[in-house]
Amino acid sequence: MTAGTAVAPPRDPAAVRPNLLEIENLFVRFELPTETVRAVSGVSLTVAPSETFALVGESGSGKSVSMLSVMGLLSSPPAVISGSIRLEGREVLGMSARRLRKYRGKDVAMVFQEPMSSLNPVHRVGRQIGESLRIHRGVSRAEARRQAIRLLDRVGIPSAKNRVDDYPHEFSGGMRQRAMIAMALACEPKLLIADEPTTALDVTVQAQIVDLVRELQAEYRLAVVWITHDLGVVAEIADRVAVMYAGRILETGQASDLYRATRHPYTSGLLRSIPRLDRSVTTRLAEIPGAPFRVVSELAACPFDDRCPLAGEGCQDALPELDTVGHGGHRSACIHHHQMGPASTLWPEGTVAGDQASADQAIDTVVSVRDLQVHFPIVRGLSRSRRRAIRAVDGVSLDVVRGQTLGIVGESGCGKTTLGRAMVALVRPTGGTIEINGKPINHRSGRHRRVVQMIFQDPFSAMNPGMRVEDVIAEPLRIHRLADTAAVRDRVTELLTQVGLPGDSGERYPHEFSGGQRQRIAVARALAADPEVVVCDEPVSSLDVSVQAQVINLLADLQARTGMAMVFIAHDLAVVRHVSHEVGVMYLGEIVEKAPRDQLYADPLHPYTKALLEAVPVPEPDYDTTRRTRLTGDVPSPADPPSGCRFHTRCPVAVEGLCSTVKPSLEEVTPGRWVSCHLVSPPAGHPAVAHLGLGE
Amino acid sequence: MTASGSERRAARRMRRRSRLPTILGVAGLVIVGALVFTAVLAPWLAPYDPTDRIARPFLPPSAEHLLGTNDVGHDLLSEIIYGSRVSLLVGLVAATVALLIGTSVGVVAGYYPKRLGSTLMRGVDVILILPFLPLLIVLAAYLGRSLLNTILVIGLLIWAEPARIIRSQVLSLRSREYVLAARSMGAPDRWTILRHIVPRTALLATGSFVRAVSGAILLEAALSFLGLGDPIQKSWGSTLYWAQTRGAFLTPAWKWWVLPPGLLIMLASLGFALIAFSLEERINPRL
Repeated sequence: MTAGTAVAPPRDPAAVRPNLLEIENLFVRFELPTETVRAVSGVSLTVAPSETFALVGESGSGKSVSMLSVMGLLSSPPAVISGSIRLEGREVLGMSARRLRKYRGKDVAMVFQEPMSSLNPVHRVGRQIGESLRIHRGVSRAEARRQAIRLLDRVGIPSAKNRVDDYPHEFSGGMRQRAMIAMALACEPKLLIADEPTTALDVTVQAQIVDLVRELQAEYRLAVVWITHDLGVVAEIADRVAVMYAGRILETGQASDLYRATRHPYTSGLLRSIPRLDRSVTTRLAEIPGAPFRVVSELAACPFDDRCPLAGEGCQDALPELDTVGHGGHRSACIHHHQMGPASTLWPEGTVAGDQASADQAIDTVVSVRDLQVHFPIVRGLSRSRRRAIRAVDGVSLDVVRGQTLGIVGESGCGKTTLGRAMVALVRPTGGTIEINGKPINHRSGRHRRVVQMIFQDPFSAMNPGMRVEDVIAEPLRIHRLADTAAVRDRVTELLTQVGLPGDSGERYPHEFSGGQRQRIAVARALAADPEVVVCDEPVSSLDVSVQAQVINLLADLQARTGMAMVFIAHDLAVVRHVSHEVGVMYLGEIVEKAPRDQLYADPLHPYTKALLEAVPVPEPDYDTTRRTRLTGDVPSPADPPSGCRFHTRCPVAVEGLCSTVKPSLEEVTPGRWVSCHLVSPPAGHPAVAHLGLGE
Repeated sequence: MTASGSERRAARRMRRRSRLPTILGVAGLVIVGALVFTAVLAPWLAPYDPTDRIARPFLPPSAEHLLGTNDVGHDLLSEIIYGSRVSLLVGLVAATVALLIGTSVGVVAGYYPKRLGSTLMRGVDVILILPFLPLLIVLAAYLGRSLLNTILVIGLLIWAEPARIIRSQVLSLRSREYVLAARSMGAPDRWTILRHIVPRTALLATGSFVRAVSGAILLEAALSFLGLGDPIQKSWGSTLYWAQTRGAFLTPAWKWWVLPPGLLIMLASLGFALIAFSLEERINPRL
């Protein structure tokens, strides 16, 4: 059939381009010993040559499974696949193992989420890139190496010639993902499948990778299928988008239609629950109730029915099919799509009761951190010398105020987690003081630390899997003897209802709950100790987008009700904006800017803050990205921080001779606003200052 | 469909390989079960009182005395049946002693890995390096011959290996997030250890316990054979000791005097070792 379509004269080049990838009525189910999971139920889609197609969905929506079946990477059993997958007209399902091996890498290549686990740690990067060339093209070892250098150079690895013989662990996270892309491109495939390629990366690096893929796509005339859970990331690059839920496509169409004229309540809810920088801060995020589920029996009704505000007549009667709702192939699987009003009425943002009161209260510092240092010694060699140290936190001072939230933002490796852990005595500071309610505290853990509690990133691993939820939540009560044995149960039930879980959930085990529910349990446990400060270490980054908003709102509600202070640690400036009263930006163990929220977001002063803000993806197609300053490179090693200003190696406006030699100090520019940058508060008397005319 | 055929074969091979530990484990359970049965019901199973001189010494096997008699006219079959009580008792109690010491040292050394832990582990290394049998003999000779001393000496010598195994587990447990979470809640160390660490080592400890029993049975036999066991308690080892002193190894009497206790020692040790093997396979399938 390819021949026929290809030869036919194209009347309208955009409309009748032969499709590169055609998936028709794909069903994938996993027959597990205990149950049958229906991962994909009737997905049909097409991808045209040199098109970017975004497949968006929450965890368990079937987005990765459907693309793994395109790669022929699902092992059956347990997977049972039916339907049809054609690449350039050739059927992929049922292809022999030998032909499949030829097809993978040469026709289709894949980039995975976690580059470290996709690269073999014991082989040199260059050799791994050359491998597919040697397999598919049969080129010589020397030629493969030459090609590997060329590819590494192309994907933006600086001095590729010297790095080609490095091992994966010598590369940073962003460079590893670049190497993975180089590997995928080695045989010039026609289709590149990128499975959440930027999820494990920092925002600034994520922006670099997105740019890189866009460039390469134009150069190699690649079709890209970009799998993601984040509608924000793909808005800038996707031509067409499909939104998946419970193994089905709920809405698909041109990116601009899907984002601007959304015709499915789920898509609109996803878009609404992304924290945005360009919208005013309401006190609550719009949230989608409930959680995504695992499909174990055949779907007979709209899978989104129980979470949908439009649910009503007919939704339970039949499985809605994709119907055309607009031009350009815009289709939606919602029978009530014509009733969809604007997103703001569909998914309203609430307000937090009693939030205003706390803002007017007198400033009452609960935790005060002064010049905190946490250095981890690097022990090396036979002599066990400890001359070098990782300076995870290097001179941080901050105050946490009762009833307010302090947001801490930074990329991975900036020391934000160590800072949070030092506050709950999980790591021992090597310098500086932490005072709680004016009293300097003992750095050891123990009962005296009741007033500061912590919420971890991954709620599941933070709970003993052998304990029932009741015992998990009761643990602080028992440690601090806050309730006698008879009262523990009542208190647990009370806490469970406070965090929005049924009061009888205590009988069950943590693994029986979904990610969002587990984080609610973790919140209940933190509250059980009746703390004055709660340190939240990336509490929503392991959760699905639609559930993130629920947890953020819950934290805001609880703060308004109990008047506790919070430290909210995150890598995402947009999330922090929604919960914080004050925000501190960290870079390589130091705070580079600290300001009240609205000032910081309206007028960032430090170049790093600016770059972080600009790297946050905006869920708007055709958003003007050209005026952005993109940071290059990765965060340097905290074992060997750059001289002078630690940011000068990546700073787009660094002043030669000043920033690399003189270390800026954190100065109060306006009341409550602290910045550590020479360009904001120039050091007096330095020759470079006079030369550039920076002084007042 | 060749691919699925080879897959099925591979699956079958996997299943066969994973079935082996279960079979061996069941075999071990049967052996141990039979021995425990014998030990518990010894007074009913044994035809004579093993301390009664019921016949002429050095009798060969006959209908009345299935394994003959020893040098003072005790019935050998009865002696061996009663001997299982001593062997099993020493094995189980000595292994319990070893496990108590080993778990405590392992947990403490794993939870405080820096100064305290490395000091303790150097102690463990010393125990492991010491020449085993000579030390056992010296200790047993020094402490005197009694059942309690035998148990203590064996227990004190075999705790080092469980300590190492448990320490390695605790080292990984202590950095688990739920342990960190407990510490961040303000839990004292004792709380964290008792609530979150020790219960999680239980499975591993069971495996080491069973293996320790197997070792302890062998050591008890060795001690008794050397004449360092309790002189009042007749164990398989002491039966062998008397067989050796009376020259049974060189006469046809070895067939009924030496072989049966020797085989039983081997069987008991093997039974526990098989259970331990199958347990370990289940606890740590990568082994």
